[in-house]
Amino acid sequence: MTAYHLAQLNVAHLLAPIDSPRLADFVDQLEPVNQLAEASPGYVWRLKGSDDPRQTVGHDYGDLLLVNFSVWESVEALWDFVYRSRHLEVMRRRREWFERIAEPYVVMWWIPAGYEPTLAEAMERLALLRAEGPSERAFTFRDRFDAPAPAATGAVPAAS
Amino acid sequence: MPIAAAGLRAEARPGHQGGVVGWWGDNSGVGDDIFSALNDPVRRALYDYVVAQGREVGRAEAAEAVGVQRTLAAHHLDRLAEAGLLDTATRRLGDRRGPGAGRPAKVYARSRTEHAVSLPPRDYRTLALVLAEVVETVGAEERAEEAARRVGERLARDTPVPGSERGPSGVEAVLAARGYEPYDEDGVVRLRNCPFHAAAEDRPVLVCSVNLALLQGVVRECGDARVPVMDPRPGECCVAIQASKNNEH
Repeated sequence: MTAYHLAQLNVAHLLAPIDSPRLADFVDQLEPVNQLAEASPGYVWRLKGSDDPRQTVGHDYGDLLLVNFSVWESVEALWDFVYRSRHLEVMRRRREWFERIAEPYVVMWWIPAGYEPTLAEAMERLALLRAEGPSERAFTFRDRFDAPAPAATGAVPAAS
Repeated sequence: MPIAAAGLRAEARPGHQGGVVGWWGDNSGVGDDIFSALNDPVRRALYDYVVAQGREVGRAEAAEAVGVQRTLAAHHLDRLAEAGLLDTATRRLGDRRGPGAGRPAKVYARSRTEHAVSLPPRDYRTLALVLAEVVETVGAEERAEEAARRVGERLARDTPVPGSERGPSGVEAVLAARGYEPYDEDGVVRLRNCPFHAAAEDRPVLVCSVNLALLQGVVRECGDARVPVMDPRPGECCVAIQASKNNEH
């Protein structure tokens, strides 16, 4: 059991409401891809809209903002799910469904294993990444940071 | 004269996922090790066998496959590992653990470190990373895929494939000649090696999409009815080539 797990938030701005025909192909992918995530090696937890795997997460950050928030045992485990599974095909087609955004839309950070982070906390981490660039408190695949040493006590410093 | 002194740039990069980290060789002789390690026919055969399996291989298995004694195979496998061409690990054979379990055995697999040798020195990787960033910055992914399809068609026409004609049987030969290392899995062609690995680690969505388009061009130009699809797995190319379905796109 590792002492730290990786939390990851990614956000996407939908080009149309989630129940519109334009998003139909994407919505069709929700169930298989969510099930694939949960069956992937190193998967720990994800924020769910409901028990229905086709349901997206409801929140107060705007109707067209889609959030994916999950926890993994390692960066490598997350990488293999995001880029080395059928999830990649969804990423490949992202321009059909999501706006192009110039800001970072993925953020990750380390949490003590067993801790269940909140979406508000995750949005703060994303804001921190956007404001100050990658750091151990908020980083990306390209600029990644190792988990704190197992001997360290206490959580990674808070976002704010 | 050492090869390095003749203007060789040898480059080795750890097979680390995400970001391109590593170092540029300084003509310090890394290339010499690679060349000399592969210069022996037995060693070359052992290397080719281990690589083709796509998994960890023990000494006895490699020796049998190549037709040499186990001690000789072990010597050569270790030389390949010293040169950085193979990674090693120690595994217990079978599932038993603890007292009474079999002695740990040394196993070998292709090194995740990438070795590039270019005479004279060339650096297409950095150029690729620059251009990939530009494509994403200006949002030209579709144009990049269109270009890749055309390049794929050209590759299929121009890749010399010994003893093979273009056509339905040509796709695998072209892919093998381009370093994809195709193999059959239940009638689906899978690709053991990603020729664009460093770029794909840096910008996976773009590079894998461009690679898919490139292979669509190859398959189309070969007049093959099968279709390349995106079906990535850890450690392999992101594309598989399978029989066309009714909903072919």
